Amino acid sequence: MDLTVLIIKSLVILAIFGITLLIATYSTYAERKVAAFLQDRIGPNRAGPLGLLQPIADAGKMFFKEDFIPAQASKWLFILGPCLAMLTALMSSAVIPFGDSIKYASYDVPVQGLDVNVGILYVFGVVSLGVYGIMIGGWASNNKFSLLGAIRAASQNISYEVALGLSIIAILMMTGSLSLRHIVNEQANVWEWNIFTQPLGFVIFLTCAFAECNRTPFDLPECETELVGGYHTEYSSMKLGLYLFSEYINMFTSSAVISTLYFGGFHYPFMTQVHDALVGSLGDVAGHNVATLIGTVVLFAKIFFFIFFFMWVRWTVPRFRYDQLMNLGWKSLIPLSILNVILTGAGLLYNIKYATWAIVLVMVVLGATNAIKAPRRKPVAVPQV
Amino acid sequence: MRAQTDQQKTEDSKHLTMLTNRSKQVSNKEMTLAERMYLPAILGGLAITIRHFFMKKATIQYPEVKRYLGPVFRGHHVLKRDEQGRERCTACGLCAVACPAEAISMVAAERKKGEETLYREEKYAAVYEINMLRCIFCGLCEEACPKQAVYLRHDRMVPVVTSRDGVIYGKDKLVEKLDDRYVRNNPDVKATPTEPTLSRSVA
Ligand code: SF4
Ligand code: SF4
Repeated sequence: MDLTVLIIKSLVILAIFGITLLIATYSTYAERKVAAFLQDRIGPNRAGPLGLLQPIADAGKMFFKEDFIPAQASKWLFILGPCLAMLTALMSSAVIPFGDSIKYASYDVPVQGLDVNVGILYVFGVVSLGVYGIMIGGWASNNKFSLLGAIRAASQNISYEVALGLSIIAILMMTGSLSLRHIVNEQANVWEWNIFTQPLGFVIFLTCAFAECNRTPFDLPECETELVGGYHTEYSSMKLGLYLFSEYINMFTSSAVISTLYFGGFHYPFMTQVHDALVGSLGDVAGHNVATLIGTVVLFAKIFFFIFFFMWVRWTVPRFRYDQLMNLGWKSLIPLSILNVILTGAGLLYNIKYATWAIVLVMVVLGATNAIKAPRRKPVAVPQV
Repeated sequence: MRAQTDQQKTEDSKHLTMLTNRSKQVSNKEMTLAERMYLPAILGGLAITIRHFFMKKATIQYPEVKRYLGPVFRGHHVLKRDEQGRERCTACGLCAVACPAEAISMVAAERKKGEETLYREEKYAAVYEINMLRCIFCGLCEEACPKQAVYLRHDRMVPVVTSRDGVIYGKDKLVEKLDDRYVRNNPDVKATPTEPTLSRSVA
């Protein structure tokens, strides 16, 4: 490896790291703003213009709270929990291709932390590690509610990872590669974005992503009404901050993965034309770099949309009950994703790209007929007094 | 026997319905497939919330914008003066007796010759203090006062106190300033049903 490549590479990695943190920070602000707007309020607006310094104020507050470790807690594990949650959350954005490539003299450096050829497996592995942070924290607190929250987190993640994996398998079958960059490049044509070829897989993946991030409607590990504070009941100060913060980083990563897997990553319609025009007018190197920049901006637009979507859903849908959660995971999502895999395979065999739409169609028709045939719920007659 | 309990039940439910007219029977009917897929309902919910995203916000930027709290809001106490600018309070102590929080204390004094322009009655409150940490703004002092001397302003709140020294309000803060007379802008509102309205007695 050359020094120049090394420098560019480290710059890219540092930039991705910094951007991840920055976005996670401002997600906390965005969350509060979105929540407020959805509830007809205007949200934080006192700290700085439009309340933009709110995250700093929040962090400052967190830092100055008492850092408390319960006497009966297992001390080192108690500290390890939030660290692990934060660490795993930060690791997963390394393999996401944020853009095409930067040309510099004769070098061509991809805008990506590292292009491992098992990228999606890496994301998968790191995300499943994330639940260890919660597990360890909840267990080390030596508190019934924390432990219950941790157990819920673990069983929920395990249940939904199955469906998550199965929905990814369908994509892997279509792409034939585990590399995220390869998956993105396969989606150069807008109509071949996986959202159009894998609609059902997308819905399943999205649902599972919510569950993996412990976001509402699947935030049962921190269900206040039942478990006080869930796995972080005993946490305070910046340890609690790390837990909350890692949730936002996870949200960013999931949004990035969703955009990459299903929405063509940094691709946008008429990308090659734009690229050619830029190269034609600005020269080979500058034109290519500008085109890469546009792609990156487009990817971030997609990511921001999904972060917004996460928040939008959070302030719309109430929490599931735990048995509903398990029923949905095991009895609906897993069979559906297996069906999805089978149909994708059949489609590949006969060269039909959009085969899985069949399931969607069948489900819509079934749902509609079922709803029509179902006996109406009569409004209860109110006795006239 | 069974029919009887059934009868009882319908009676009960009828009674309940009549109470609020809003009670509904719980329906444990099986969900249809579309309902079990959750997606239609979730999409409907998302549509509702996104509509609220663009709606006019209900927030009032409080310290900068204050909304009118109505003519009967109980805020800052004021010791009224009469039409000629004389203090009305006669230090009878009824407000202090009425006060459930025991927030009021006073020292009475006799009016000297030549002070007739200052005090309406022959006896007046030389010291009149309200402890704003104790006061619960119930307005009972206002109701107890036979001289219509103490009122709770509807247009002004007691500001936030940041030190204990500023908590006890003496006459300097309570007695109505001559250039800042207090008028309840709804003359129909009386503190008590029998008393004359406030605005009538103000020049
Ligand atoms: S408003 Fe109520 S609590 Fe306050 S001084 Fe008057 S009587 Fe006492
Ligand atoms: S304010 Fe009224 S009730 Fe209180 S001491 Fe004066 S005259 Fe009596």
